[in-house]
Amino acid sequence: MSILVQKPGILTTVQDLGRFGYRRFGINPNGAMDHIAMRLINILLGNDENEAVLEMHFPAPQLVFECDAVFSLGGADFEAELDGEQVGNWRQIAAKKGDVLKFAGKIVGNRSYLAVKRGFKINPWLGSASTNAVANIGGFDGRKLESGDRIEINEQLISTKADPRQISASLIPAYSKFPTVRIIAGGEFADLTGESQDALVKQNFTISNASNRMGFRLRGEPLNLAIPLEMISAATNYGTIQLLPDGQLIVLMADGQTAGGYPRIAHVVSRDLPLLAQLGANDKVAFHLITGREAEDLAVEFERELSFFRIGCRLQANLK
Amino acid sequence: MNDETIRIFPLGDSALTVEFGNTISQSINKKAIALANRIEEKSFPGFIESVPAYASTTIFYDLVRVRKHFPDLPTAFDAVKDIAENVLKTLDDSDETVSRTVEIPVHFDAGSALDLAYVAEARGLTPAQVIEIFTSRTYRVFMLGFLPGFTYMGEVDERMATPRKESPRTMLPKGSVGVAGKQTGIYSLESPGGWQILGRTDVEMFTPAADQPTLLQPGDEVRFIAAS
Repeated sequence: MSILVQKPGILTTVQDLGRFGYRRFGINPNGAMDHIAMRLINILLGNDENEAVLEMHFPAPQLVFECDAVFSLGGADFEAELDGEQVGNWRQIAAKKGDVLKFAGKIVGNRSYLAVKRGFKINPWLGSASTNAVANIGGFDGRKLESGDRIEINEQLISTKADPRQISASLIPAYSKFPTVRIIAGGEFADLTGESQDALVKQNFTISNASNRMGFRLRGEPLNLAIPLEMISAATNYGTIQLLPDGQLIVLMADGQTAGGYPRIAHVVSRDLPLLAQLGANDKVAFHLITGREAEDLAVEFERELSFFRIGCRLQANLK
Repeated sequence: MNDETIRIFPLGDSALTVEFGNTISQSINKKAIALANRIEEKSFPGFIESVPAYASTTIFYDLVRVRKHFPDLPTAFDAVKDIAENVLKTLDDSDETVSRTVEIPVHFDAGSALDLAYVAEARGLTPAQVIEIFTSRTYRVFMLGFLPGFTYMGEVDERMATPRKESPRTMLPKGSVGVAGKQTGIYSLESPGGWQILGRTDVEMFTPAADQPTLLQPGDEVRFIAAS
């Protein structure tokens, strides 16, 4: 009862929603970059939302199902083919023993998620299945997947029929190569010059190729502080936008360090983190400044809609 | 505790930071750690974790759960800010976490002490004097960060304080003990790093399999001793 990794892809790791409670020890949460994609496909499969998934980058892996299984893909669209047949994202797919899952090309997004019904068998570390690539622990042996790895599936299914249930379009993030991402002001936003405050939301930034799960470096017209700041290290968050000494920006991502000493000029709102997380080198992003209240309302609204979807999935499962 | 210099601001829509100042000092750090610990003990619906730093405490929360439990307040931020302010009012100087003193044996041999000669020369001291000054103090663990189990400690004696290297080393051995200005720290894992390396310890700073995976915690005190 496993999936065999025939080709590993460039960076395939096991992730869940993250490891919390240990930031004070320098252990950051890690976890899926696009938490909405992973939650949606887990709910669709009737899994716990926090069930471990594979996070895949392009070139993506080639995987062989060594047992019948039901799975789902979400996030980036890498043109998945199961046994030569195109299978889309955001739906349940039935795989037969021996089926090969391949990814033909990158259509949109940079991180695709694979969840299996009942989940993967992963030993948690500090309560989470996420991979900590700095300490080489958590996830699958603390590392990215390699050829020949076998990821065990938790439980044999009685029925391996795919359910036709769909995810409502409004729940799926509007991925694009040039999204507008909403931000709220950070602790040092007011320390930017007036011009730089404007420039943050008026210019377009390019994702540099020095971007990874730790952070996205943005290229744009440099921003300036009104007066230099002496900063000491303090906690950071996923989505924190820091101003580097050369005036360029870095957005801390899921593997970002727990603390930093650069001015925190803004933060990407939770609702839009997936839009940013799906960008790759040379994609562009524009920022739109909203209030903290508005950011919270977006999250509350999304969770409300998601709870309807969750209830629908449960009802359907109970009817069988 | 009611100090006008305290600043509370959002660290994204799911966290807030209580900033006590922008300097490295024992008394401020004690407040930051005490607040973090009290919030953690007290907890609240939607609480995720609290993280003390040099002069601040950050509280992470599930904003949707906080909003649900505090419907009378306009935002989750306001609700958590209220909670933090109420805890702050009850903190006093006696409300200090009991700190432990941990002895860390350090090898100062040439193979381990990559920058000892440099630091000595830069500060007009002999390597033996640097070791003498370095091991004669007790250091406070102000915070952890950068790596699992990496400690930011201070304060290093002014006579031997040395800025970090202009260009970081691409890889430092696990256990390297370094200084950067008046800070000292231990590389808990093999890692790139720019601190001036005075020696190396065999003590495991990070034990992933343990329930408490790091040897040191914020507020602990550390004495370095020469390893035999």
